[in-house]
Amino acid sequence: MAHSGINILFAGNNFGRLMAGLWNSIWIAAVSLVIGLIVGTIFGVLRTSNSKILRLILRLYLEFFRIVPTVVLLYLVYYILPELFHINWSASWMAVLAFAMWVAAEFSDIVRGALQSVPESQREAGLALGLSKVQLFRYVLIPQAFKLELPAMINLATRVIKTTSLLLIISVMEVINVGQQIIEANNQQYPTGVFWVYGFIFILYFVLDYPLSAWAKSITNKQK
Amino acid sequence: MKKRRNIFNIIVGALAIILVVVSAYFGFTIKGLNSGTQGSQWTSQNGVTQIKRRGYIRVAVFGDLPPYGWVNDQGQRVGYDVYLAHRIAKDLGVKIRFIQVNANNRVDTLNSNKADIVLANFTVTPERKEVVDFAKPYMKVSVGVVSPKSAPIKTAAELKGKKLIVTKGTTAENYFAQHDDVNLLKFDSKTQQFNAFKNGRGAALADDNSYLYAWVKNNPRYTVGIKSIGPKQFVSPAVKKGNESLLNWTNKEITKLNKEGFFIQDYNKELQPYFGKDIKPSDIVLTQGK
Repeated sequence: MAHSGINILFAGNNFGRLMAGLWNSIWIAAVSLVIGLIVGTIFGVLRTSNSKILRLILRLYLEFFRIVPTVVLLYLVYYILPELFHINWSASWMAVLAFAMWVAAEFSDIVRGALQSVPESQREAGLALGLSKVQLFRYVLIPQAFKLELPAMINLATRVIKTTSLLLIISVMEVINVGQQIIEANNQQYPTGVFWVYGFIFILYFVLDYPLSAWAKSITNKQK
Repeated sequence: MKKRRNIFNIIVGALAIILVVVSAYFGFTIKGLNSGTQGSQWTSQNGVTQIKRRGYIRVAVFGDLPPYGWVNDQGQRVGYDVYLAHRIAKDLGVKIRFIQVNANNRVDTLNSNKADIVLANFTVTPERKEVVDFAKPYMKVSVGVVSPKSAPIKTAAELKGKKLIVTKGTTAENYFAQHDDVNLLKFDSKTQQFNAFKNGRGAALADDNSYLYAWVKNNPRYTVGIKSIGPKQFVSPAVKKGNESLLNWTNKEITKLNKEGFFIQDYNKELQPYFGKDIKPSDIVLTQGK
């Protein structure tokens, strides 16, 4: 096995570095999901409001994040925002900001759709019981909508985890970035190292994303 | 069938949990090894006095270009540029914070105030001079021509009517495109061009000479017959346009280091293991001493 190149995965601190890189991907994805889902729920509820202006603003917000590619978004947030607003954050937190805004946009549409597909009779029954608007959402609509939106939410999470691989363009030390360092450092000695490093990264992403995807599928099946 | 599927799901799910825990463990224990983002904070205070006051300098380097700027298997940043970066920080009396860049975002990183200085194999060109300020050069590069030892090509005249392999978009292609008597065979990547060359599809191959030196070392049947052809180009530190204070300081520093013969030392430590004995420091570094 001396020349196969698989050993570069375990030479020196390489394995630990790849894992540390993966951890950067995981926490950035997790934090942005938590923030994004909370903000997205609020936006989603607001999108069912009666105010036309509010709905229009939120609609524009959603379309902006749908249309702009994530690469461009990261670039904007990393290079332009700090200059404009004098934000003094590290690259990882700028990434969280960009991802959280993106998740909020996507999730707001999922929440809106779910809220609107809760049967009208439920809303009317709640109002008949004398619930206030906040109580109506808190106890009747959101819990029912949550079940409907769960599979879409999980699929969004898998997308966010995969998209962390773009973070290398804004100098975040995530798993792909570390992988490239390792490949180039060993390229002269082990030209086939690229296969092993990317193969390993493929397995890492698969192990993280597959259970989520299987979970979403089993929920959908149960709901049928 | 369904049962088997469930078992697979459970196994992968368990693996995922283990993976998260293991990566968290390494993420918290060897944070320093992944240095590269800690320097990326925004600040427009880039003058020498402000750098000294804040106690660290933010240096943009490559992370994947051996032997100039790369990360070794121990996770340390090393290379010709990095060695210089450490010396600059030492002479400023401040700590160093690296920020990793690639070829495309070197200019943006400076202009958006993410780094104070770029030491990333930055070749001086007229176009780049308009967007950043270059200090005095610390390395020279030019086009070289490599050929088999059995049929060496030592002068440009010998190339007449022969097939020459180049990569698209390189300075080598630009230079030889102006010579009608050479037949160019163009490829998209380094890997392709070297494979084609090894298969005998051309009489010679032209590229940046420093790159060829390193390649020849691993391919002893070939030799860099023409070490330097065409105009010389220089690699310089770059600072944000208008940062006079740091620019002047860097110029003085490079003059001082040249007198000291620092770059020979740098060459011997970082480049020589890659280039081998055939190449002299004077092929890469500028005139040293007095």
